[in-house]
Amino acid sequence: MEFLVASAVGTMTAGGVYLLLRLRTFPVILGLALLSYAVNVFLFSSGRLAIDMSPILSKYGEASYTDPLPQALVLTAIVISFGMTAVLVMISLGAFLEADSDKIDIDETDANEDVAK
Amino acid sequence: MSTSGNLLFLIALLPFIGALVPGLMIRAGRNATATFTAVPTALALILLLTMAPAVLNGETIQAEIEWLPQLGLSVSFFLDGLGLLFACMILGVGLLITLYARFYLSGEDPVGQFYTYLLLFQGAMLGIVISDNILLLLVFWELTSLSSFLLIGYWKHLPEGRQGARMALAVTGAGGLAMIGGMLILGNIAGSFNLTDILQAGDAIRASEWYLPALILILLGAFTKSAQFPFHFWLPHAMAAPTPVSAYLHSATMVKAGVFLMARMWPVLSGTDAWFYIVATTGLVTMVLGALIALFKDDLKALLAFSTVSHLGLLTMLLGFGTEAAAIAAVFHIINHLTFKAALFMTAGIIDHETHTRDIKRLGGLRHVMPLTFLIGTVAALSMAGIPLFNGFLSKEMMLEEASHTYWAGSAYAVPVLATIGALLSVAYSFRFIGHVFLGPVRDDYPAKPHDPPFGLWAAPALLVILVVLIGVMPFLADGIVAAAASAVTGAELDPHLKIWHGVTPALFMSIIAVVGGAALLALHAPLDRAWIKARRPEAKAIFDGLVASIVGLAQRFTAGSHNGAISRYLAIFTVTSVVLGAIAFMGGGLSAPTRDMLPIPAVIAVGWIMLIVATISVVTMHHHRFRALVLIGIIGLTISAGFVYMSAPDLALTQISVETVTIMLLLLALHFLPKETPRESPMGLKIRDGLIAVAAGAGVGGLSFAFMQRDIPTISDFHIANSYEGGGGTNVVNVILVDFRGYDTYGEIIVLGIAGLLIYALMHALLEGPAARRLRNRDYAQDRSRDRHPLMMVVVTRVLMPIALLVGIYIFLRGHNQPGGGFVAGLVVAIALLMQYMASGFAWTQDRQRIEYHTLIGFGVIIAGLTGVGAWVFGAPFLTSSYTYVNLPPIEEFELATAMLFDLGVFLTVLGAVMLMLYSLSRIARYAGSTVNVTPMDYDPGSRVDDGSEST
Repeated sequence: MEFLVASAVGTMTAGGVYLLLRLRTFPVILGLALLSYAVNVFLFSSGRLAIDMSPILSKYGEASYTDPLPQALVLTAIVISFGMTAVLVMISLGAFLEADSDKIDIDETDANEDVAK
Repeated sequence: MSTSGNLLFLIALLPFIGALVPGLMIRAGRNATATFTAVPTALALILLLTMAPAVLNGETIQAEIEWLPQLGLSVSFFLDGLGLLFACMILGVGLLITLYARFYLSGEDPVGQFYTYLLLFQGAMLGIVISDNILLLLVFWELTSLSSFLLIGYWKHLPEGRQGARMALAVTGAGGLAMIGGMLILGNIAGSFNLTDILQAGDAIRASEWYLPALILILLGAFTKSAQFPFHFWLPHAMAAPTPVSAYLHSATMVKAGVFLMARMWPVLSGTDAWFYIVATTGLVTMVLGALIALFKDDLKALLAFSTVSHLGLLTMLLGFGTEAAAIAAVFHIINHLTFKAALFMTAGIIDHETHTRDIKRLGGLRHVMPLTFLIGTVAALSMAGIPLFNGFLSKEMMLEEASHTYWAGSAYAVPVLATIGALLSVAYSFRFIGHVFLGPVRDDYPAKPHDPPFGLWAAPALLVILVVLIGVMPFLADGIVAAAASAVTGAELDPHLKIWHGVTPALFMSIIAVVGGAALLALHAPLDRAWIKARRPEAKAIFDGLVASIVGLAQRFTAGSHNGAISRYLAIFTVTSVVLGAIAFMGGGLSAPTRDMLPIPAVIAVGWIMLIVATISVVTMHHHRFRALVLIGIIGLTISAGFVYMSAPDLALTQISVETVTIMLLLLALHFLPKETPRESPMGLKIRDGLIAVAAGAGVGGLSFAFMQRDIPTISDFHIANSYEGGGGTNVVNVILVDFRGYDTYGEIIVLGIAGLLIYALMHALLEGPAARRLRNRDYAQDRSRDRHPLMMVVVTRVLMPIALLVGIYIFLRGHNQPGGGFVAGLVVAIALLMQYMASGFAWTQDRQRIEYHTLIGFGVIIAGLTGVGAWVFGAPFLTSSYTYVNLPPIEEFELATAMLFDLGVFLTVLGAVMLMLYSLSRIARYAGSTVNVTPMDYDPGSRVDDGSEST
């Protein structure tokens, strides 16, 4: 089980990084989304895996619980990463509409034009 | 803490408080600002003098307030003999300079600013000399660099002033940085940052292997500040400052700070070979070199500047000798140099003021037209030359005496000979100051008609010159303060017995050689000067400028090379660096044996895993088809949600699934405007490179995660589980952590989310006002879109669903404290319910029915959460302390009310507002893009169509 989670985290990280290194905005956004998944699962897994031990206190005597702290951290991380993705989407959309190109790198020619300005 | 200790705080604070006043009353004129500068200075001086008797008796006055005890930083001051001497000099000369500057500066200068800078600087200097904590001392040290920058560059319109200020700041600031390093090492060895403790730990420090690095770093700070060779070059350039500044900074205060520091650290750092050879040699070289250059300077202030460099070298050398007698001589010379040099600078200022030139070659014969200035300047210059009956003679004799029996690397002659040469040159330039400025025939080509200045200008130098003569004739007057200061430097009880006649000693002969030789050298000045001008010599400013230019060039090349606008390259560099650092850390640490058993793998989970892996790989391989990639991302997100359910994280599953929904909606909306395909443009080499980086990063993160999960480590989570119910009143530990234990974090996070929402809104507005708007309207959108964009069935279903979805949201919110749910999830669920209306019935229709602005929701959310936290203050508890109670309201089952729920309401509103604002902004762009907008709920309204039909037939 641990291996499955770890390999999933690894695969998503690899995929995320690869897409992050692409040259257009949309793949980069997808890459970031993948990387967010990977990071969230990674953080979550740092509390160790547990089955049927939800951190909901039982009314009926003693029970064991999984580590609630990483879950709390990841919960806000999920929401914040949505906010981050949204900002990124808006910025790339704006850049595309303004420049009519969704390339993320500044070309040599563009850079020269900027200097000329 | 004693009363006198409290007074010490007041003394340290007075200049800073006083600094506010002249700056605020900038238009009040010179008299008013000067008075308000003089008052705090005089007050501080008087307070200081009330403590003087105790300090002269050998007491040390201390005062301390803890500031950051974790860092070893405290606001602690102490006053011993050395501190008293310097504090008196700083405040006393400060007072004289205030008077002098009042008459020196013209009415057009911003005088208020000047006095504010002056007081700031004075406070910083005062702080240095009475700090008992080396970290505090460093703060003041940097403050002197900054405030002297302001003072040197006071005449902002002069390029020399700006350049000189910049150079001074660069050199002394760099030295200050080095000194921070040295001081930290020192504090580490001594185990305390308190100066008093460090001074006790001299033996341990000298024995430490870190002694040499600490020594060099601290000396770098001291040498740059005190303009020692090869850092001497900034001082002459700082002469572009107004003369009162030069007189203050470069005779009495700033440049003496380095000397002060060496004196302060003398008991700790001196007494080793390294100290002797570094400090004494640097001092000796600086003394001779400075004097030599001074002789050939034509600018009066430049001459004095290099003479200052030379005298600072003398002081450094004396401290470098490391003997008690040398320390006495150094302390005595500090006083003497202050008196004659400040007077000389003021004289130079008077001459400049009256004749409008400082060029020695254009002066001469001023004795007849400015007799008073002549008297003051001559007495001070004779003292500088070391002529008997003036105080400069006494300390110079003591210096020569010490030099005469100092061995340098086995040679008995090196130091005495060089010291005599230094003294000889010093006599020569001092005589030149008198001879070429005041003596000789009266000229008729002065740029202005000179005459003696008003009383205000000559009063201050005259007072100093009186001191020169008094100490020179009756040196025992200075016995007390010199004894106290020298004792403080050396840490031993010393009794200097200052006197004029020491008998026939080697020093007397050296003095005679110096005076006769100096006079002879001056006679030969004209031919020597021509030779000097012809000779090629390194120009310090050119070297400095070249150095700065090359550093800037290097930085620019580096920036241009690495920061070339290619984000993918930065990301690659960043990823590779992270991976490499992680690998290095892994190599260094090793791995302990696994302590946990692995969980079994049920078949369903294996299927889910395969789905996730296949989907991830497919996203990568198919990312060119953007829509398909988006669908695959959705699969991944949903699989992860399922995984959370299985692995005991119901809250995460709820959050993930609802965030997933809104994320996909968001990306879909964005994709509407973006190209639907990504062109295949990466060359194979780039793909392989990125693939390797990605695989390495993935392997690293995956391996780390795997290693993590196999091992147990102690955590703080047990506390949260144990206290969730009793302390937070909830059984859902995750929710209690969010709204209670870590409520402050959550508060910050909803604010961030709110800001992100507002940012997107602002971006949308900026976008719709720019050229993008035109492009949006003229775009060619795909024509193969659905004819029925708002299908009847969907409209009906979403409207029926709306109240149900809202109810679910409220339910999830209310149960959140005890069962999976809470503000975050509820906010997302309600947002989805609203978004469904937008999708089904169209933007305009939904917008018409919106009653509350989304910004308002964000604002109220943050305010409610904040007020809940603040509410705790009313009950005397810290921010965000929660409270709860159980309520029994028949017929409902007993339920709980906690303030944390109010906080959660804030979270709910903010999340709802932010998510809605984000998607709303994107859809507004869609509307702007000219999509036809429906005002009726359905594109195709069967009812109206029937009516139309009946009318037409």
